[in-house]
Amino acid sequence: MTFISIENLKTGYETRNGTVQAVDDVSFALENGESIGIAGESACGKSTLGLSIMRIVPDGNIASGDITLEGKSILKMSKSEFAKNVRWKDISMVFQGAMNSLDPVFTVEEQFIEVLKQHRYSGDYKQKISEIVNSVGLTQDVLKKYPHELSGGMKQRIVIAMALLLKPKFVIADEPTTALDVLVQAQIINLLKKLKKDGMSIMLITHDLAIISEVAEKIGIMYAGKMIEFGSAPEIYKNPKHPYTQALLKSIPRLRGDKVTNYIRGTPPSLIQPPQGCRFYDRCPEAMEKCKKDPPKFKTGSGYVSCWLYE
Amino acid sequence: MEEILSVQNLTKHFAKKGIFSSSRTVVKAVDDISFSLKKGEVLVLAGESGSGKSTTARLILRAIEPDSGRIFFDGTEIGKDSKSLDKIRMQCQMIHQDPYASIDPRMKISDILMEPLEIHKIGTKAERKKKVLDALHEVKLEPAEDIFNKFPHMLSGGQRQRIVLARALVLKPKLIIADEPVSMLDVSIRAEVLELMRELQEKHDISYIYITHDLSTARYLGQNISIMYLGKIVESGPIDEVLLHPRHPYTQALLDAISEPEPDNLLKEKKIRINEPLDIDVYQGCRFRARCPYAIEKCKEEPLLEQTGQDRLAACFVKLD
Ligand SMILES: Nc1ncnc2c1ncn2[C@@H]1O[C@H](COP(=O)(O)OP(=O)(O)OP(=O)(O)O)[C@@H](O)[C@H]1O
Ligand SMILES: Nc1ncnc2c1ncn2[C@@H]1O[C@H](COP(=O)(O)OP(=O)(O)OP(=O)(O)O)[C@@H](O)[C@H]1O
Ligand code: SF4
Ligand code: SF4
Ligand SMILES: [Mg+2]
Ligand SMILES: [Mg+2]
Repeated sequence: MTFISIENLKTGYETRNGTVQAVDDVSFALENGESIGIAGESACGKSTLGLSIMRIVPDGNIASGDITLEGKSILKMSKSEFAKNVRWKDISMVFQGAMNSLDPVFTVEEQFIEVLKQHRYSGDYKQKISEIVNSVGLTQDVLKKYPHELSGGMKQRIVIAMALLLKPKFVIADEPTTALDVLVQAQIINLLKKLKKDGMSIMLITHDLAIISEVAEKIGIMYAGKMIEFGSAPEIYKNPKHPYTQALLKSIPRLRGDKVTNYIRGTPPSLIQPPQGCRFYDRCPEAMEKCKKDPPKFKTGSGYVSCWLYE
Repeated sequence: MEEILSVQNLTKHFAKKGIFSSSRTVVKAVDDISFSLKKGEVLVLAGESGSGKSTTARLILRAIEPDSGRIFFDGTEIGKDSKSLDKIRMQCQMIHQDPYASIDPRMKISDILMEPLEIHKIGTKAERKKKVLDALHEVKLEPAEDIFNKFPHMLSGGQRQRIVLARALVLKPKLIIADEPVSMLDVSIRAEVLELMRELQEKHDISYIYITHDLSTARYLGQNISIMYLGKIVESGPIDEVLLHPRHPYTQALLDAISEPEPDNLLKEKKIRINEPLDIDVYQGCRFRARCPYAIEKCKEEPLLEQTGQDRLAACFVKLD
């Protein structure tokens, strides 16, 4: 059964120079039990996509599209109903860089209590906090500590725990491993794997395609506000279709195997009134005349690709 | 081959004041490390956060004074005298992690690149301009005359890191110390900067110390690697050998932790070959003992960095194979 589906989502930021179309007609769907990884270079709209699903896009607005969770539209639902029944309860998010925005003057426990208050939680606070701390692999003594007394990995676990307080079904984790040491990254990856086993579905946002392979059944590749390819992990890794996906995979330095790495020359177009046609046109080795028109989504084995080569 | 840099028994400890108490603890940031670098060689210094990589770099450049140890650069011992300091500060350049923080956003690219030449009073104004334009060509920022008049915010992250590289190059350094030069950049353009660094190394015979905790990019650039752990070098040797056949348990744990983009990863848990740290004094015996899954009684003594094969060293009583 379809668990969550995003249809033709458009989110933009109004600026003095015009609208930044950060998420532009993005669609994908996940079945029950599936997790997704969202990859793409900086500023392609990954965080905006996550924030749009949470319906909290600071300074931005969701212009059109639909999001359904277990058959019910959560985008058409009123703001108050969404806040009351969906946000943090069904869907929650670990914001990019959240571990660095823990409040330095409060203990971890005080910060958990504050979050529970905001959620108007009615159960036993102490028990809830104790449970959640265990579930992310921390011991109770972290509760009395201040953020500066914690390592990066511990802080990351704390902010993940905060997103889990109300037992959401869908957790969006925005760059949860970036800037952590590899050993700590590996521990966070195992934590995400465990959450999946406990029945949670994860949307992992990261520029690191290697990390995505650890947790995601499905992958969405974004480029300049568009999701240009979506499909199953084996299909994306073994048989990538879009020239951008292919180039992105080739640009990853490998620990084993070939030393030659390739990179993608050039930069993506501006998201304010981007030129007509395929957004990868300027950087694409296979660009042709037809690519000056917007490529539609062509069906693939497990998803779609937005590229004229697959017409 | 000729040595460009030799570091002998370098040590730097910091006294760290507790935040809530007046008790002081000592951080042995760099503790009796030795290594050398040949002309044109790329040495990778790797290890987790706090292992002493940046402190080592700052000691070599004399941004901070060592407690003890000696540093020889291109035949000259670096001491307190201004002659040796001038030499190292001119011929050894540093590149930092953050291309956004390491250049002043209010300065024009031309001024950013002229600055080191002005500080070291090199050439006439026209000569300086030529050197700067040459450096821009070297890092392939074209058209150089255009870039010359731009401000940093008009450039992409990768272009900015090229500016940082160009600024290091104007002084024609013999050694570049690059401290996490690509970790702030998008994966898709990391290889671009690394490739450029490699080209410059081959063309001008520049030596590099490449500091990183990312072993996959390390392999792309480096010939040799030294792995640091809490102020000590625990393993070193030719990079492919160390990365494919680690001898030290810490190196092995680091390598295991790295993910590669393989769909099979989904099905298995990541192997983490370190234990939860024991609450023991890390400076007693082997520093990795608190987390080492192979620890034996003998590890309460400090292992020395010993030869374990051709050009290979490891500091461990157990030594994997
Ligand atoms: N509050 C805002 N006002 C105006 N533009 C914004 C705002 N937030 C984001 N943007 C723009 O929207 C685009 C997408 O940003 P977003 O943060 O979603 O990208 P991202 O893929 O998460 O990038 P990163 O990998 O760097 O986190 C960018 O061009 C960004 O500059
Ligand atoms: N000026 C200082 N005063 C006190 N302690 C310091 C100082 N500089 C560094 N340290 C300590 O020395 C140790 C080594 O720090 P260093 O910055 O060299 O590590 P690193 O390997 O570069 O780490 P990272 O990967 O995080 O950059 C750390 O414990 C650090 O807190
Ligand atoms: S549509 Fe054309 S330009 Fe765009 S990725 Fe496909 S081939 Fe390249
Ligand atoms: S000396 Fe002992 S504790 Fe240290 S790394 Fe080797 S086995 Fe582990
Ligand atoms: Mg983001
Ligand atoms: Mg450092």
